[in-house]
Amino acid sequence: MSAPVLSIRNLTIDYIGATSDFHAVKNVSFDIGKGEFFGLAGESGCGKSTIAFAISRLHRPPALIRTGSQILLDGRDVFTLDDAALKQLRWREVAMVFQSAMNSLNPVLSIERQFYDVLKTHTGMSRVAARARAAELLKLVDIPADRLTAYPHQLSGGMRQRVVIAICLALNPKLLIMDEPTTALDVVVQREILERIHKLRQELGFSVLFITHDLALMVQVSDRIGIMLEGELVEVNDAQAIYRTPQHDYTKKLWASIPRLTGKPIAEVTP
Amino acid sequence: MTDSAPILALDNVSKVFHRGGSTVHAARAVSFALHPGRTLALVGESGSGKTTAARLIMREYRPDQGRLLFRGEPIEGSAVRDMKAYRSAVQMVFQDPFSSLNPVHTIRYHLERPMRLHQSSLKGAARDAAIAEVLTRVKLDPALILPKYPHELSGGQRQRISIARALAVNPEVIIADEPTSMLDVSVRLGILNLLNDMKRQLKLAVLYITHDIATARYVAEDIMVMYAGQIVEWGETESVLGNPQHPYTRLLLSAVPDPDRRFGDTRFSDELDRIDLIRRQSALEQPEVQEIGPNHFIRPMPV
Repeated sequence: MSAPVLSIRNLTIDYIGATSDFHAVKNVSFDIGKGEFFGLAGESGCGKSTIAFAISRLHRPPALIRTGSQILLDGRDVFTLDDAALKQLRWREVAMVFQSAMNSLNPVLSIERQFYDVLKTHTGMSRVAARARAAELLKLVDIPADRLTAYPHQLSGGMRQRVVIAICLALNPKLLIMDEPTTALDVVVQREILERIHKLRQELGFSVLFITHDLALMVQVSDRIGIMLEGELVEVNDAQAIYRTPQHDYTKKLWASIPRLTGKPIAEVTP
Repeated sequence: MTDSAPILALDNVSKVFHRGGSTVHAARAVSFALHPGRTLALVGESGSGKTTAARLIMREYRPDQGRLLFRGEPIEGSAVRDMKAYRSAVQMVFQDPFSSLNPVHTIRYHLERPMRLHQSSLKGAARDAAIAEVLTRVKLDPALILPKYPHELSGGQRQRISIARALAVNPEVIIADEPTSMLDVSVRLGILNLLNDMKRQLKLAVLYITHDIATARYVAEDIMVMYAGQIVEWGETESVLGNPQHPYTRLLLSAVPDPDRRFGDTRFSDELDRIDLIRRQSALEQPEVQEIGPNHFIRPMPV
């Protein structure tokens, strides 16, 4: 495998409290290769989102990244970057789709203006050029260019989510982080959006860090999967192996708690 | 179907919302019946009219057409006293366990109040015993939980409180609107098992509203698939899910995450290739009803 796009080494993050610290991420290490779709699964509170925020250095106190932790993005340690370098990093190298991304658009700006904001700030693009680029990006996510003049409230939840993804792709990032991107959407829309990401990744070659608690969905789309439990990465393996031959007890228990659509309603835990 | 008489039924109910110049058909000739000791699942995507059905039952909306039948009697125009009986018989469990409990009141208050209102004969020690009993039913420790405030509990515990609160009035019907969609997978199963236990032990009639078809299969004997305010396919759960006949049901099922079917797997050519067409056609009025098999019906989609 060529050099990984993202390499996380011994990442430890604590939330500092008045009386005691909460250990959110405990000594986590994993790599994401070029063009790879990596899934990170676990329950709420297991530290998945904390890792996502740390990658683009979006964490704020009381989160404290312990010394010894390293996040290498294309070989560069993101913890050593100054503010100017961070600005270069965000959007250009790493773009992030948040859980409630459909609510992260500015309600009083047109879609075109929201593309222009990102393109102008990072590339100094003119309004006309930005409009052309925005139309091209919208086409990638199956939205007709005439919706550029629309405002967020005029689009459905699924369309808004696709607009956010298109904005994220505006600067050709190497890594797209998606934190529960489709949890608020229903299955058909979820399927459409992930199908699109799956195709775009093959065309454009970016890597994906996909965070969700839906294991079945994760196995469908991911190349490799990491399972988190209380801040620790307890199992990392190929998606098919996580599904067919889970090793860790917790992974087995997760599968056993998901009702199935076919066969036995609940998978049995093999002791 | 069961031989038992339905406790609650919707008979040809329609509800239309007018917004600006456009009209939204939130319920179109919807008919279904809830039987004691059985769960009926209502599945569909957001905006398909599932919650409107719940609100019609909870009398938050009045139907534009059609009737609600409670124990065989139309509920419309019934006396205030009958309405109160209806309210004690039909209880709701909401989707969001974080906003459906009052943050400034203890758990004791949440359970005591419905008992005061609906079981006023219970006083003092008897009421305390009843409160402890419903908490034990939902597998929570009364001594530990009663003095707590909602923010001190986890999402799963709060949802158990919501169920306990519904049980506190001794209901016959539970309307559960997406009760597990905001919970973690590992907690979800506990709530589903609880709903199953309640149904069996207390002979409750349950309407389980969800967009997660796999959980519907886990709790419900019968299922209805709703799109654009119409129930397009309904019947026994295993029959509908095992032999789906309406294109929209098939579309919904093929979009459910299945670890055995990788993205980009071309072995399956199915409804996912014609999402827009199915959506458009399924939204049209489908007045005909076709019987597929015993207790399995569809409204054929116009071609």
